[in-house]
Amino acid sequence: MEIIAGLLNGFAVALEPANLFWCFVGVLLGTVVGILPGLGPPATIAMLLPLTFNMNPAGAIIMLAGIYYGAKYGGSTTSILMNVPGESASVVTCLDGYQMARKGRAGAALGIAAIASFVAGTVGVLGLMLVAPPIAKFALSFSSPEYFALMSLGLALVVLLAGRSIVKALLAALVGLWIASVGTDLFSGTSRFTFGHMELLSGIDFVVVAIGVFALAEVLANMEAREETQLLPVPKGLKNLLPTMQDLKDCRFAFLNGSVIGFLVGALPGGGSTIASFLSYGLEKAVSPRREQFGTGVIEGVAAPEGANNSETGGALVPLLTLGIPGSGTTAILLAALVLWGFKPGPLFIPEHPALFWGLVASMYIGNVMLLILNLPLVPLFAQVLRTPVYALYPLILGVSMVGVYSVSGSMFDLALLMVFGLLGYLMRKLDYPAAPLILGLALGAGMERALRQSLMMSEGSLAILVSRPISAVMLSLAVLVLLIPMFGKLNAWRLRALEQG
Amino acid sequence: MEDRTRNSGDLWSGVALAALGAYIVIQARQWEYLGPEGPGPGFFPLWYGVAMLGLSALLIFSNLRRRSDRGNAIEWIRVGRALSTWFALAASVALFKPLGFVVSFALLTYFIVAVMYRRPLKIAALTAVASAAGFYLVFDRALGVPLPAGFLGF
Repeated sequence: MEIIAGLLNGFAVALEPANLFWCFVGVLLGTVVGILPGLGPPATIAMLLPLTFNMNPAGAIIMLAGIYYGAKYGGSTTSILMNVPGESASVVTCLDGYQMARKGRAGAALGIAAIASFVAGTVGVLGLMLVAPPIAKFALSFSSPEYFALMSLGLALVVLLAGRSIVKALLAALVGLWIASVGTDLFSGTSRFTFGHMELLSGIDFVVVAIGVFALAEVLANMEAREETQLLPVPKGLKNLLPTMQDLKDCRFAFLNGSVIGFLVGALPGGGSTIASFLSYGLEKAVSPRREQFGTGVIEGVAAPEGANNSETGGALVPLLTLGIPGSGTTAILLAALVLWGFKPGPLFIPEHPALFWGLVASMYIGNVMLLILNLPLVPLFAQVLRTPVYALYPLILGVSMVGVYSVSGSMFDLALLMVFGLLGYLMRKLDYPAAPLILGLALGAGMERALRQSLMMSEGSLAILVSRPISAVMLSLAVLVLLIPMFGKLNAWRLRALEQG
Repeated sequence: MEDRTRNSGDLWSGVALAALGAYIVIQARQWEYLGPEGPGPGFFPLWYGVAMLGLSALLIFSNLRRRSDRGNAIEWIRVGRALSTWFALAASVALFKPLGFVVSFALLTYFIVAVMYRRPLKIAALTAVASAAGFYLVFDRALGVPLPAGFLGF
């Protein structure tokens, strides 16, 4: 009953004309971003974050979330038409989607991708709506030791699945923690790591790091090459984009598989949509009676990963909104956005800001309908976005990044820092250091230090408090186990296989 | 030499991170570690600084052990393109104060289109003027987002 009342209130918020408008802007931008190879959701959300500071928070989070899940719809278009994934979660869609397009079934592939995204995306939101409130209630019993343990576990999971080398992923996370420490220590007033710069006393703005490491680094990496990829023709007319009844029948299990796997993997920190899409593809192939045909243009091979990719969004928002723990680079940016607008995601978020939570949930139902409409009849139009010359696109991204950073503080110093973090992000890519642990370390750093110091204040300096409380002991043990996985041959082989596929 | 490059990259990045770890530890030791009211400002940095030192040492030593690996040569042309773009970007930021955002951004766009993508100068000039004007109209005029102004007043 509580959920139905919350949802009705949410629809009242989401259906306000301004919020509907921002929802549309978000899903539209998301679709475009998903279609454009080389510009991912974290980079886009980071770039646009500063522009949301003067917006109503409900409209702003609805728009940013729209970009997040909208990009997942758009990502399939390039996978199917060009064999080039618009974002990493659409890599697996290339396998059967592109083969279908080569056989003249691009319309059916695009259509089933949109339908699977809609079905599983909606199931993911349903999961978020049903699971988030009880988890938030359970987390109300958490105190500082549990929070420290939870953040450590979240960071450990992200480190585990962020890159081939655990050592490098851990180092990236530690650099994130260090950046989070720069500035004045709020407990004692001591200035730390400021190198004598007054500008660093208030710390390094999350937006500067996120835009540098994601957006600038992405452009720099894309500037390395100038390859042009051939676009297969997009079928015209809605009729040619609709899958047949037989196609829909073949995809029954794929819809269910994508919805469930996507949500479960999404709720796990570090899981992410790439792993969700590969797991659901693997499961679909394993149970399919025509598994030997996978990779040659089988429609379930498109429906399952595209569904999982979209259902993951609902799952990923569960730990973010109920525990304040992001599970990926994109959700870390969403966490920073909420904090910057003055909210504190965690167990009290839903009871204290019901309009925002339920408004977001309702907007995601509406957004999924908008995306289905946008991605079925308008796919040929969106495909034209791919004709945008890169020489015009990249300066635009650089410009929006610089304007975004400058608009936050009006500081030339922050622009100089942006250059530093852009170069750092590029070097990290070249040297195989994953960016997600750094961003997560930065997003969680202050909270982790606060929780640890408060825990030790509670115990008068004894670290035993972290292991003497059952919940924190279990979570810290899990964190240690997670980091030990690379030492076990078979488990590490599984981890590396998942990463290689992703 | 993808591997060898990566190995050498691992080595140098390991050294850089070890230096950062050492700096963090040295700084953290100057701040209070544990006081009567609980952990001080040096407590958390000391721990992650030590962890950084240990992990970077592990990276360096494991790299030295694999030093004989062979692979492909680093693609300097590709890296050069990315770094040239970065230098142009940094130069345009440095020019914000004297020239303002609009002129500096137009110069950056011109450089990317004409030099990096080798498009005809006319197209480069047109793209540069159109995108700089677009930014000025959308952000400065329509959205009221201030852009760095130069001696021309915009």
